[in-house]
Amino acid sequence: MSLGSVPLKYKISIDRDQCMKCMRCVDNCSYGVYRVEDDKILIDSRKCTACHRCISMCPRDAISLQERPVDYRSHPVWTVEAREDVINQARTGKIILSGMGNAVDYPIIFDRLLLDACQVTNPSIDPLREPMELRTYIGKKPSKLEFTKNNGDIDLQTKLTPNLKLDTPIMVGHMSYGAISLPAQLSIAKAVKKTGTFMGTGEGGMHEAIYPYQDHSIVQIASGRFGVDIDYLERGAAIEIKVGQGAKPGIGGHLPGEKVCADVSCTRMIPLGSDAISPAPHHDIYSIEDLAQLVRSLKEATNWEKPVFVKIAAVHNVAAIAAGIAKSSADAVVIDGFKGGTGAAPKVFRDNVGLPIEAAIAAVDQKLNDQGIRNEVSIIASGGIRNSGDLAKSIALGADAVYIGTASLIALGCRVCGNCYRGLCPWGIATQRPELVSRIDSDVGAENIANLIHAWTLELSELMGAAGLNSIESLRGNRERLRGYMLDQGLLDVLKIEPMGV
Amino acid sequence: MCGIIGVIDRTMSRMDGSSIKEALSLMDERGSGEGAGYVAYGIYPDYADCYAIHVFFDNLLEPKTKVDAILEQWGRIVHQEEIPTYEQPRLKKEHISWRYFFKPYADQTVGTTNPDDDNVKHLVMDINANVEGALIFSSGKNLGVFKASGWPEDVANYFRIEDYKGYIWLAHNRYPTNTAGWWGGAHPFNLLDWSVVHNGEITSYGTNRRYVEGHGYECTMLTDTEVVAYLFDLLGREHGLPPEVVVKALAPPFWDEIDEMPEKDEEFMRTLRLTYGPALMNGPFAIVVATKDGIVAFTDRIKLRPLIVGENGPRLYISSEEAAIRTMDPDVEKIYMPRAGEPVIGRVIE
Repeated sequence: MSLGSVPLKYKISIDRDQCMKCMRCVDNCSYGVYRVEDDKILIDSRKCTACHRCISMCPRDAISLQERPVDYRSHPVWTVEAREDVINQARTGKIILSGMGNAVDYPIIFDRLLLDACQVTNPSIDPLREPMELRTYIGKKPSKLEFTKNNGDIDLQTKLTPNLKLDTPIMVGHMSYGAISLPAQLSIAKAVKKTGTFMGTGEGGMHEAIYPYQDHSIVQIASGRFGVDIDYLERGAAIEIKVGQGAKPGIGGHLPGEKVCADVSCTRMIPLGSDAISPAPHHDIYSIEDLAQLVRSLKEATNWEKPVFVKIAAVHNVAAIAAGIAKSSADAVVIDGFKGGTGAAPKVFRDNVGLPIEAAIAAVDQKLNDQGIRNEVSIIASGGIRNSGDLAKSIALGADAVYIGTASLIALGCRVCGNCYRGLCPWGIATQRPELVSRIDSDVGAENIANLIHAWTLELSELMGAAGLNSIESLRGNRERLRGYMLDQGLLDVLKIEPMGV
Repeated sequence: MCGIIGVIDRTMSRMDGSSIKEALSLMDERGSGEGAGYVAYGIYPDYADCYAIHVFFDNLLEPKTKVDAILEQWGRIVHQEEIPTYEQPRLKKEHISWRYFFKPYADQTVGTTNPDDDNVKHLVMDINANVEGALIFSSGKNLGVFKASGWPEDVANYFRIEDYKGYIWLAHNRYPTNTAGWWGGAHPFNLLDWSVVHNGEITSYGTNRRYVEGHGYECTMLTDTEVVAYLFDLLGREHGLPPEVVVKALAPPFWDEIDEMPEKDEEFMRTLRLTYGPALMNGPFAIVVATKDGIVAFTDRIKLRPLIVGENGPRLYISSEEAAIRTMDPDVEKIYMPRAGEPVIGRVIE
């Protein structure tokens, strides 16, 4: 018995009058959509992922792509996806893998939040003419200033613990070498150095090409402990323990063996071509006190010179968990919302588990504030931050800084096709194939990502100036400057904001 | 737009309220007739060791019964009376103004090094948040706030402030955009020994409010000024920072300036900014804060509101307008404008 084929997802066609047979599409497509027979370009649309590599490389704009040329009978419950997933699983009996972030049509809370601006009673501030401070320190802060008075002079007793100094509250989140290519990671490293901020190494160790940028990198320790040794810890400007990830809370990472080339295997310290599978929990963290011990151990190992962050996925109890982390020696809590991207995640997790980052920031900020310790620890938010508006709203809800991931990859060419887990990324990002990897020039890539960070920084300055704020501290947790647009009362209460018009 | 004026006699020689009434009334075009107020230090020498608690009651039945009960539970009411008022044709009496002279039981409060103050702070927060029809608007020792909705001269005449003599006076003429016509919304704001008058709007209010709320304060006055009093109480009283350091925390230098400072100063300012980031006040403001020991005035970091200082011997004047200072003291010797964020401090000499 055959279930037959399912309708095409995308249909590619070539305008033969326009086409000059330069063969760029054939060369660029790593999914095998195009082939040449008898001097004619033939198309296998079924292989297309809508990555747009061919379209963007075609000098004549001859290629067009149509989504779902033949569709199912429409049905509100049995959506196309529901039907195709059943067919897929009936065939394979497997868990469905997916890439990128949550693809379900949940309402995006960011799009229902409105920012404020000044009129008359307070002047807006023009960042072109007045100072505008975005400098952000990530790390533990004292609860109060301790000092002694000495003949009218004040002698400071409080000694600050090491903090990361960011010129802008935008960092690039953890995407490991392995999940992404070395030129992609190098582009990010060069960009964060240029813009005075930081990047995450992911859980794949640190390749020696990144060493020149190690002062701008946060080294990650995940449950697989890939690539971790004392040298790795000492290279990072900060250390991050990854407990969970927004795209797949509660499960470990999975790097398919196809992506584990010689260089990746060395950096991760695992055998060539083997699957790198991180366990779901850290097997030395079964409780909050275990986590606190690991934080302290890492600090001891690095002479208390490095801030230590703890990253958790935004889950229902995120606020209480974050409060527990805040009471350890950890310097920052990273919260990853369920819109966060990933190289590979089971689709059922990606689409169903966790919380959106907006609600998670608000809940964590509130819980820490209720306990009077909000300023003593930093909150880094990630997962679905698409533009400077999302950035400003994240900070107004209570974040100190954000991690961007997907946005930085789009700056390298990614078109969010969602096939990262296949290792064939034609943009040279989520792949280790030499012929694809070489498509990224890390100097150009760095320029693009730095441009993006710079542009958002400018926009954030303008938004703050319009709101009459000249320092980022005054935007942080300033929910008076947000209003909800058609949000229900329950969510307004969680976000602790008023509806518009109030 | 609002008008503010304050004066301190550093030798603690007391002045009656007639000249500050004149000065504030001169700035009538900075207000809208919807709020004015005065605070004076040193006015209750007979009860100097009692907390003078001024309350607006909507009536003397249920709200007052509740307040009496709470106060008697936590301490001793040494004396109480209605604050004398005198009808003014343009001023509508919205509340009954009452005052208690109160001594808290020190052994009732635990977990603090300053049980009396913390006890009274807790009572103020509790009553203002939970007793309907009662609002404590003044709670310090040997000081009193007098305020209402109306023009400065009417409010002054209503309370007949020339009958009070203080060594520090602050006054405020309000042009409300927030809570028009509400007596509680008029300035000065007071908590314990702290009084605040403020011209401007605090754009960082949401952040500042969350910070003080995380440390046991409740904002109940529906306006941004009360948070200043709480910030001074938290940083100045609970954390023990001297007033010039509190000002540096609330209106710190820019990072560019801090980076250029000598090492020791740089470390101090960086530590201060990191410790008190959520206390940083943004937006246009000129503020004068008073305690029994003196007054401190400052503006926002880019001085979006006017502030001018005058001196004559032991007397230091701070105002929105030079004309107001000259009205109070035609012989004023020195007049100058402080820089943005620079604290102006007048301390009593004992």
